[in-house]
Amino acid sequence: MVETGHFALVLAFALSLVQTLVPMFGAHMNNQKMMAVGGPVAVTGFTLTALSFAALAIAYATSDFSVANVWDNSHSLQPLIYKITGTWGNHEGSMLLWVLILTFFGALVAAFGRNLPAALRANVLAVQGAIGATFFLFILATSNPFARLNPAPIEGRDLNPILQDLGLAIHPPLLYLGYVGFSICFSFSVAALIEGRIDASWARWVRPWTLVAWMFLTGGIAMGSYWAYYELGWGGFWFWDPVENASFMPWLGGTALLHSAIVMEKRSALKIWTLLLAILTFSLSLLGTFLVRSGVLTSVHAFATDPTRGVFILCILTLFIGGSLALFALRASRLTAGGLFHPISREGALVLNNLFLTTATATVLIGTLYPLAVEAVSADKISVGAPFFNLTFGPLMVPLLVVVPFGPLLAWKRGDIFAVAQRLMAAFAAALLAVLVTALFIDGASVFAALGVGLAFWLICGALTDIAVKSGFGTVAPGVMLRRFAGLPRSVFGTALAHLGLGLTTLGIVGTLCFGTEKILSMHAGETVQLSGHMLRFEGLYPAQGPNYSEDRGRFALLGADGSTTAVITSAKRSYPVRQMTTTESGIKTIGFSQLYLSLGDEGTDGSVVVRLWWKPLVTLIWGGGLVMMAGAAMSLMDRRLRVGAPSRRRKSAGAVPSASLL
Amino acid sequence: MTRKQKRLSVIAGGLAFLGAATGLTFYALGQKASYFYMPADLTTASLQPGQRIRLGGLVEKGTIERGQGATVAFSVTDNQKQVKVTYTGILPDLFREEQGVITEGTFRPDGVFVADSVLAKHDENYMPKEVADGLKSKGVWQESKSD
Repeated sequence: MVETGHFALVLAFALSLVQTLVPMFGAHMNNQKMMAVGGPVAVTGFTLTALSFAALAIAYATSDFSVANVWDNSHSLQPLIYKITGTWGNHEGSMLLWVLILTFFGALVAAFGRNLPAALRANVLAVQGAIGATFFLFILATSNPFARLNPAPIEGRDLNPILQDLGLAIHPPLLYLGYVGFSICFSFSVAALIEGRIDASWARWVRPWTLVAWMFLTGGIAMGSYWAYYELGWGGFWFWDPVENASFMPWLGGTALLHSAIVMEKRSALKIWTLLLAILTFSLSLLGTFLVRSGVLTSVHAFATDPTRGVFILCILTLFIGGSLALFALRASRLTAGGLFHPISREGALVLNNLFLTTATATVLIGTLYPLAVEAVSADKISVGAPFFNLTFGPLMVPLLVVVPFGPLLAWKRGDIFAVAQRLMAAFAAALLAVLVTALFIDGASVFAALGVGLAFWLICGALTDIAVKSGFGTVAPGVMLRRFAGLPRSVFGTALAHLGLGLTTLGIVGTLCFGTEKILSMHAGETVQLSGHMLRFEGLYPAQGPNYSEDRGRFALLGADGSTTAVITSAKRSYPVRQMTTTESGIKTIGFSQLYLSLGDEGTDGSVVVRLWWKPLVTLIWGGGLVMMAGAAMSLMDRRLRVGAPSRRRKSAGAVPSASLL
Repeated sequence: MTRKQKRLSVIAGGLAFLGAATGLTFYALGQKASYFYMPADLTTASLQPGQRIRLGGLVEKGTIERGQGATVAFSVTDNQKQVKVTYTGILPDLFREEQGVITEGTFRPDGVFVADSVLAKHDENYMPKEVADGLKSKGVWQESKSD
């Protein structure tokens, strides 16, 4: 089975070369038969990669320690779910997941792209094949997951205990679906450059792929953030760690792309810019892969360090980023510029969005790469952390968030800013009220905290205003309003939901950072502690045994007003004997949208235990907002105009009416 | 305004925006990046009072003292010099004697380093990269130091 997997991977590599060369020459020579090769080859390549991945997963599930990769990252006593997720909890396996998803997207283009122009489809598949070929070669040459051990060891070395969590089942697949998903946008852009033209079907196609990738990336980042929050026991939801930045940069770039693609699709303006953004977004994904997989950074994500791998990925990076940008420089002038617009218009607002987002991406990029650059040219080792990003990323995001509610209400081509401001009066009043209530009624609220809460409410109410205005709230009879509400295009709801989610995330961040409280103390069994109005009693430490670990559980009773126990919170120190590693399992109690978070420290000599407690107001909204953003993207995807082949005449009658007639 | 003037003003606005962002970025890099030192480097380093740095090395054997509550004191060494560090909080799970550690914080006037964060290795065969490189350059690196 293992050899079958290896063989399937070699075949998939060979097919990816065919997928690159044949359709591209076919498109060049206008040979229909050669162009048609791309589709079936892409589907077969995906099937073979899936087979290869399944072979590795089966080796993991059955604890086949004759495979070096399984021996290194698994243990027979692990629960089955962690045995399976362990497949991608290591360098080789996660690269296999990477190509699996890459070929999956290629197969999707082959399956759903039948009505694309033949040459465009052939070129897209060829570029997708080329990306696949380099990564297949990378896996086969430097990171073969199927290498055998002889003699086979009896027992494995266990999966890194930090990764023995349900988070590993969800976070990497979602993240990869997002950041590898942008490869489709990249392939479409390069294909357009090869052909030297962009037509209407190009724009109609790129937008849904961007939405899909963005949706998964949002979910992957939110899930990763929550995982780090509860697993590491540090109580933080974002550390500005270079590896987090590696996934955040494509997200920022993808968000910009999402917005510029709207302009391109609706107004056929910003064509060249959109194309460049698509290239840059996937380039950031590749850069992220390099940062995480090459070992230039040390983190939980860098499973193993091997210099040849780093150099190899750097070559791939140079080939695709350099190649696509060179092609862009050569061909971009051939593409025709699109329609003109006034600075104050929906297009103008979306350009402003792009300006802020790309600049923010650049600051994150500089902050992430600067330490590497400094280390390369001098002996100094520096680190750039939260203080840097708070000073640069923060000031760029706040003005962007302030203007978000204006965007969707402005008309295309030429908008009336005063009319929009009038429509937003209610949202502004709500935000002002939130600022006043926070400043006056919450103890210890700083001006910044109050303004932050106001900003969050401004975003949330702004998103609701968008829907209300477009359904004619207050201007037409309730019956008409309901009909209009039901008839609004799904993408209008998508926009509103995504902006609403952004507001919720903002509220969660402001709540946690500005109103959270924290205590570190050493406690004996029976002692009580009070934190932001919550009374906790430490009940003591109890030993317990898991399948492949032993733990000391600290039990804490949450006490009601009358002194009775209302809930029990458990935090544990786990010890994994195989890796001689200790992990901290945090104890979390969700109360409304807020959480009480506690983690155990060391045991003192007198039987006391160091305990760190946090009260994190509204913290769940940070990730809840991410889910709402995902729902927004899903809603937009259901819009009928994104269903390829839907008649465009109906789109005009359904989609253009609300914004045009009301402004 | 003519169309050309309008376009120019938009471009000028964009450039001014980018310029401001660039300026802010480089200001922040100058102010907020923290340098990494090992104990022996400190004699030659010129630190401003209150400057944040990262101090790395090995936790010296027999120096871990648990004080009142959650405060811990220990020495960080590169086998040439030692620096006394205090930290209030929960130490990482893999914090042990004679293991690599990176602490971040500032020096108190009496020469004690007050750390507000302590990072140790992630698993049994990982040493913080800066610490490993530093020990190598000082010639005190021993392969397979793990226990």
